[in-house]
Amino acid sequence: MISKDEVKHIVKLARLSLSEKEIEKMQKELSAILDYVEKLKEVDISNVEPFSMKLKNIFRKDSAQSQKPMAKSQKLIEMAPQKKENYIKVKSVLK
Amino acid sequence: MIAQIHQSLIKKEFSALELCQKYLERIKKFDQKIKSFLTLSEDLAISQAKKIDEMISQGREIPILAGIPCAIKDIILIEGLKCTAGSKILENYVAPYDATVIKRLKENGAVILGKTNLDEFAMGSSTENSAFFKTKNPLDLKRVPGGSSGGSAAAVAADLCAFALGSDTGGSVRQPASFCGIVGLKPTYGAVSRYGLIAFASSLDQIGPMTKTVEDCEIVFDVIKGKDEMDSTSIELPITNYQSPINELKIGVPKEYFVEGIDLEVEKLIKEAIKEYEKRGVEIQEISLPHTRYALPTYYIIATSEASANLARYDGIKYGMSNVKSQISNLLDVYLNTRGGGFGPEVKRRIMLGTFSLSAGYYEAYYKRAQKVRQKIFEDFEKAFKDVDAIFTPVSPTPAFKLGEKIDDPLKMYLSDVFTVSASLAGLPAISITCGKTKNLPVGLQIIGKPFSEKLIFEIAKIYDTK
Repeated sequence: MISKDEVKHIVKLARLSLSEKEIEKMQKELSAILDYVEKLKEVDISNVEPFSMKLKNIFRKDSAQSQKPMAKSQKLIEMAPQKKENYIKVKSVLK
Repeated sequence: MIAQIHQSLIKKEFSALELCQKYLERIKKFDQKIKSFLTLSEDLAISQAKKIDEMISQGREIPILAGIPCAIKDIILIEGLKCTAGSKILENYVAPYDATVIKRLKENGAVILGKTNLDEFAMGSSTENSAFFKTKNPLDLKRVPGGSSGGSAAAVAADLCAFALGSDTGGSVRQPASFCGIVGLKPTYGAVSRYGLIAFASSLDQIGPMTKTVEDCEIVFDVIKGKDEMDSTSIELPITNYQSPINELKIGVPKEYFVEGIDLEVEKLIKEAIKEYEKRGVEIQEISLPHTRYALPTYYIIATSEASANLARYDGIKYGMSNVKSQISNLLDVYLNTRGGGFGPEVKRRIMLGTFSLSAGYYEAYYKRAQKVRQKIFEDFEKAFKDVDAIFTPVSPTPAFKLGEKIDDPLKMYLSDVFTVSASLAGLPAISITCGKTKNLPVGLQIIGKPFSEKLIFEIAKIYDTK
């Protein structure tokens, strides 16, 4: 069973906010799911490499992909909830 | 069905505009009950249809999808239209560009009617996790259409579109196709570009066609597949037309799929379908995929880990819902408030599980172990495919269940994907076709193939489809 403090720690890492009630529910549900995945411990994984897609690196030229790169980036900046001139505005990180 | 519509359009039996309006009328009449669409794109549809009619009247040749009305799962971007991913956090998000599959559909003249409902961020098996409303199964309104592509499946089944696109991470195209009695394909990983598909679990996500017939599925797949420079995991398919007589086919039936918690009626129908293939000269062989029982726990570790990283982008800063304008004074609280308020319970649960599996102290025991078991699952298939050309299994252990039946028990809900996650983990193509009904509810047969053997899968599926 995962502890309440552990749940709170994960909430913090995940950048979520949960109410006290949600945390209690999450503790129960996560514990049940973690009990279920316990059975992975039955599998002999000695000498097994983790799965990989066996993909190859694909490169392209480091150049603008569209003819009007500014128009595209403008469109994306427009979507930000807060902006100033051509920048996305955020709250202060340091006091 | 698509080929017939195409012929009728060419012969001018009806115009693309008339066809489009007919479907829009049907949506307005029937979708109040089914609730498969989140957004209608009437203007876009009508302008596309008019363009096709103009081409026809000029006597120009039109592509097979030209003028064919379709619906798109609301997790695939269409420029200028809202794309919510079924989430409050993207409730007012308008897509700034077309996904590659949309670009290809548009180039081929398909008429896009609207965006369909889904579980929030494609996380769920019933479409009940949509932040907006629940979609009903058109065959029984008390039941779920499956998920997460439940809106697309319901829309196709109710003839509210000629075909639809869904996305499949652990069964989200195949399971709703099975529940609604249609055809759904999850292509080989890399067969279809994911550019413009809102990411859930990037090593598993694939866009797939949801259609009335296998022939339609192939037509749509042929249009959307192929390499795209915007998705470096996409590749040009080494797919060749399959030309081998039925009596040279050997198909495996894994014994592990007929044990745990499968509905007896489902088991009976699947076995009857397999017998039917045998009658037609296909050689059936029992095989073993020994790690089958570990596929679901492996999937839930890997998919949630990837999701926790992918969904970190919803931070209230770049786009989507945001509390940045409130009285909050620091950046961290913007994140916490936006995400705490914007995500629904299942999404939070999965972000939590994924964050846990990747966190210091647990990474080795959970995420890394799961990746190793994933390798074992992959090797099971590799070994099996040395002997057989394809594999038959059920799609889901039960037919469509009742609304509300599993929503309070996440683990019970996860079990409806128990037969579909293995092919996802191994990156293999798999199709769901209807092989019968129990108490009027359809049951799907899953055909899993080797990587990039979609053509063979279609040929095998057609044997049954034309029964």
